[in-house]
Amino acid sequence: MIPQAFDYTAPKSLDEALGLLAKGAKPLAGGMSLIPMMKLRLAAPDHLVDLRRLKDLNYIREQGAAVHIGATATHYDVENSAVVRGKCPLLAETAAHIGDVQVRNMGTIGGSIAHNDPSADYPAALQALEAKVVLKGAKSERTVSVADFFVDTFTTALEPGEIIREVIVPVEDSGTGTSYQKVAQPASGFAIVGIAVRVRKSGGKIGMARIGVTGLANRSYRAAAAEKALEGKAGSATEIQNAASLVAERVDVNSDLHASADYRRHLAVVYAARALMAALARSA
Amino acid sequence: MATTITKPETLVGKRIRRREDPRLITGTATYVDDIKMPGMHYATIVRSPHAAARIRSINTKKAAAHKGVIAVFTGKDTQKVGPVPCGASLPGLRVPHHHILAMDRVYFAGHPVAVVVATDRYVAADAADLIEVDWDVLPAVADPEKALAKGAPAVHPEWPDNVAFNYHQEGGNVEKAFSEADVVVKQRITSQRLIPTAMETRGVVADWRPADRQLNLYSSTQIPHLMRTLVAQMLGLEENRLRVVAPEVGGGFGSKLNVYAEEALMGFVAMKIQQPVKWIESRRENFLCTIHGRGHVDHYEVAAKRDGTILGIKLHIIQDLGAYHQLLTPAIPTLSVLMMPGLYKTQNVRADIVGVFTNCVPTDAYRGAGRPEATHGIERMVDVLAAELKMDPAEIRLKNFVTKEQFPFPTATGLTYDSGDYAAPLKKALDIVDYQNLRNEQAQARKQGKLMGIGMSTYGEICAFGPSPATPAGGWESATVKIDPTGKVTVMTGASPHGQGEETTFAQIAADELGVNIDDILVLHGDTAVVQYGIGTFGSRSTAVGGTAVYFALQDLKAKIKKFGAMLLGSDDVSFSGGQVICNKTGKSKSIQEIAAASYRAMKLPPNTEPGLISTHFWEPPNFTFPFGAHIVVTDVDRDTGAVAVRRYVAVDDCGNILNPLIVDGQIHGGVAQGLGQALWEQAVYDDNGQLVTGELMDYAVPKAHMMPRIESDHTTTPTSVNPLGVKGVGEAGTIGCSPAVVNSVVDALAPLGVKHLDMPMTPETIWKLIARSKS
Ligand SMILES: Cc1cc2nc3c(=O)[nH]c(=O)nc-3n(C[C@H](O)[C@H](O)[C@H](O)COP(=O)(O)OP(=O)(O)OC[C@H]3O[C@@H](n4cnc5c(N)ncnc54)[C@H](O)[C@@H]3O)c2cc1C
Repeated sequence: MIPQAFDYTAPKSLDEALGLLAKGAKPLAGGMSLIPMMKLRLAAPDHLVDLRRLKDLNYIREQGAAVHIGATATHYDVENSAVVRGKCPLLAETAAHIGDVQVRNMGTIGGSIAHNDPSADYPAALQALEAKVVLKGAKSERTVSVADFFVDTFTTALEPGEIIREVIVPVEDSGTGTSYQKVAQPASGFAIVGIAVRVRKSGGKIGMARIGVTGLANRSYRAAAAEKALEGKAGSATEIQNAASLVAERVDVNSDLHASADYRRHLAVVYAARALMAALARSA
Repeated sequence: MATTITKPETLVGKRIRRREDPRLITGTATYVDDIKMPGMHYATIVRSPHAAARIRSINTKKAAAHKGVIAVFTGKDTQKVGPVPCGASLPGLRVPHHHILAMDRVYFAGHPVAVVVATDRYVAADAADLIEVDWDVLPAVADPEKALAKGAPAVHPEWPDNVAFNYHQEGGNVEKAFSEADVVVKQRITSQRLIPTAMETRGVVADWRPADRQLNLYSSTQIPHLMRTLVAQMLGLEENRLRVVAPEVGGGFGSKLNVYAEEALMGFVAMKIQQPVKWIESRRENFLCTIHGRGHVDHYEVAAKRDGTILGIKLHIIQDLGAYHQLLTPAIPTLSVLMMPGLYKTQNVRADIVGVFTNCVPTDAYRGAGRPEATHGIERMVDVLAAELKMDPAEIRLKNFVTKEQFPFPTATGLTYDSGDYAAPLKKALDIVDYQNLRNEQAQARKQGKLMGIGMSTYGEICAFGPSPATPAGGWESATVKIDPTGKVTVMTGASPHGQGEETTFAQIAADELGVNIDDILVLHGDTAVVQYGIGTFGSRSTAVGGTAVYFALQDLKAKIKKFGAMLLGSDDVSFSGGQVICNKTGKSKSIQEIAAASYRAMKLPPNTEPGLISTHFWEPPNFTFPFGAHIVVTDVDRDTGAVAVRRYVAVDDCGNILNPLIVDGQIHGGVAQGLGQALWEQAVYDDNGQLVTGELMDYAVPKAHMMPRIESDHTTTPTSVNPLGVKGVGEAGTIGCSPAVVNSVVDALAPLGVKHLDMPMTPETIWKLIARSKS
């Protein structure tokens, strides 16, 4: 539980940070994932660059038809931001499910998605929200969709020297109903299964359904078959059940001490139905 | 002249806030890791990654050459240090020699192999990574039933059957009871391995003063005095040259009722390097190397009449001991046998224990230590019997209880239950939940296909350890009470509280007895240089035994105060109350302060009286105490996921007289949390190679605040006559009463599906599978 020696810099500007990162330093945000890994000596970075003191990464603002969330916004910030609550409530609801108060006070959205734990909560919501991630290097900046960003277990589209600058979430259309439903692993609190749902009806029929799934597989994903099954439906209990039963279609489901693959798959179906019900009840 | 404010009220029985809490809440308490000394070095222990292996060689050169490292020791260096002690003795017990560092073989993952000492803990940790051990990995066995099977790997090659001991106990006539039975119910019941998970891990600071020939050992322990005696022997040091201090101790739950390799090892290191040394256990080491609890596989048989009268009980216990005996390892399952009849009258019992070595960390005392297993077993069996006979679980219990009139009650296992009214807490709990209506509601819920369960346990426990002949190390407790010349009071107890709140309760006792303000009282403990001698804090003993010692020391002191008061007042007709000795004739009085000053000034002394106000009492209890109670749990099981929700938790506990209801409730709450942990979430899982899979808090599920139900806590009060305070003990009650009530509740919820038993932890997945099976 004692990390190896490392250097630490708290840079004054984003450019300074990016300069250090280009030389191989590793970003430190809330430290809620990185520091435990260092203490267990599973990670041994030589140099940490602390991003949390950079004002230009810590913001939440509405801009055009989207909410821009700076990488170092904490889970607590996201959970309690009036902008997020008003404009993309699914994300605020999801943030509230992460860890405990201490973790939410320290952990950041950038750190969570960069770490890309396959059981983390945010990815489910970000998938359902079709969010974008802005990646910045010393000389470049690019925007990728979350579908492309989350590559594999603990692996993202980040290139060496790049950081997450912000996450862009579209402002929710009024009338959309959303819900995040999670089965927490009893020891860690991470999601055994987490399902984020957005649904919108028009003319009594479901016009749009988005289902983001975490905890089930090597990476978060959108349950496209289930989404499709709902479109044009009124949303009866049977229709929901049928759609929910598709959330884990063709997925190689994780299995561990806390839930076998069969049980996880089953929970995904049950929780997809619950999330769909809750979201539909909230939709106009 | 000093004036005394006469204390207006008695404090015993009041909800006094804990006097130790401000320093705990504000983070200003001094734990072992807060101790800093000039020249202090840090130790890191290199541990075996394998559960069973031969050590071909250990290369310490690179580590020793690492900058900042001042010493590296292996088993060769420490082999003269005495073995880690086992304080329990059983006929024919096989005791492996437990070196403080492995010699040529390791027996469990985490087994200490070497120690690196450096100028700071980062350097020590880096250097530990440089130690190269050439391992010859051997097959391991981590499951006690598998260890008993033919052909299983031998944990200790000298005992290929892996059996450490067989123990047999019998009372009454079991065969006759079973032959006369209308029904016999049988069930295999497990009590899984648990990790005690004290908030503060263990830690040791050792400080050797060569010029004084004095070793000061600071350790996070529940038993500083026993540790002094035992570690002095291990190190070959005269006991009066060793001082053990238990500073603030952040919980123990039995896991610190022990003497570990690291305590002697740090003493050894400090004496070698002639500098202070600190070792702080990491959470991972705590999970791997500090004792675990439970680890039972029990086979029960209960014989009964058709009307529900229990005739006899047979029990076969397979106890997972782990690789070694720690201080009390083999004794723990014998406590289960003592308590196997529970609160029931039956006089015919038979028990066999087989103690089994496995390649795991040893098991030992964990909150309840043998009694939760016993209570879980008998309380499950009573429900199994009730189900078989289609009787109400409350009714069958009421039918079999030892009745109020039968106390003191001799049990079939050789105990004498002191006092009790077992029906009282059950009836109270049934009233609180409105039992009849609850059953009606359940019937309705079942019609709608809902899985609602009502479960109860009526537990009894053996506490206040205990009469010395019945304990491994003496069962008395000691107290010294002294009053300074200025009238301030110090209580020194041999108990070693580490979260239980005796700094408050003992001060309450002293304040009432002496009639002084509670703020004038200081309670000291946990330092062998300060406290006479003592046994320690465990087995719900501190207040019933240690508090009683305080009470008797106070009586002696009061007598002396009266003598001085009488002398000063020039009258033999005096009484002592409200901190004053009062002349019954004139009404004139002398305060404790005046008397204290006079007793030390000693211008004049009463006849046959020494100067000063100090009194020491060692109190030997004539019996154990036997608290009891009833817990009722209402659960709802989610049909779709198997998840259990605890809707209501009612705990009615009878721990005799209550000195401080706030503290008693706290003990119940904490105890129930750990019982729920066992029932629903916690289990130490080893894989077939002896690797601890639940090696971290990320995988070992201790309950967190948000997982706890509200606990409706209530009491009945049946004082004991074993001690003058009438107190029985409550530290383990919540844990002991809890797990069977929860399991009985969930089994009741699933009864419509044909479920008759569930082992712990009752994970949603296990329950979901049962539900799924009942559908197919
Ligand atoms: C007790 C506990 C419980 C938890 N429970 C949950 C839970 O229920 N659900 C859940 O989702 N999570 C949970 N977490 C994880 C938590 O959400 C972490 O905060 C999060 O995963 C990491 O965020 P961080 O800001 O702490 O990042 P850090 O730990 O500082 O960094 C994590 C990784 O991201 C990199 N990084 C950080 N910021 C950036 C950036 N801007 N650009 C590029 N790379 C970056 C770091 O270099 C590092 O590799 C829990 C953590 C703990 C300790």
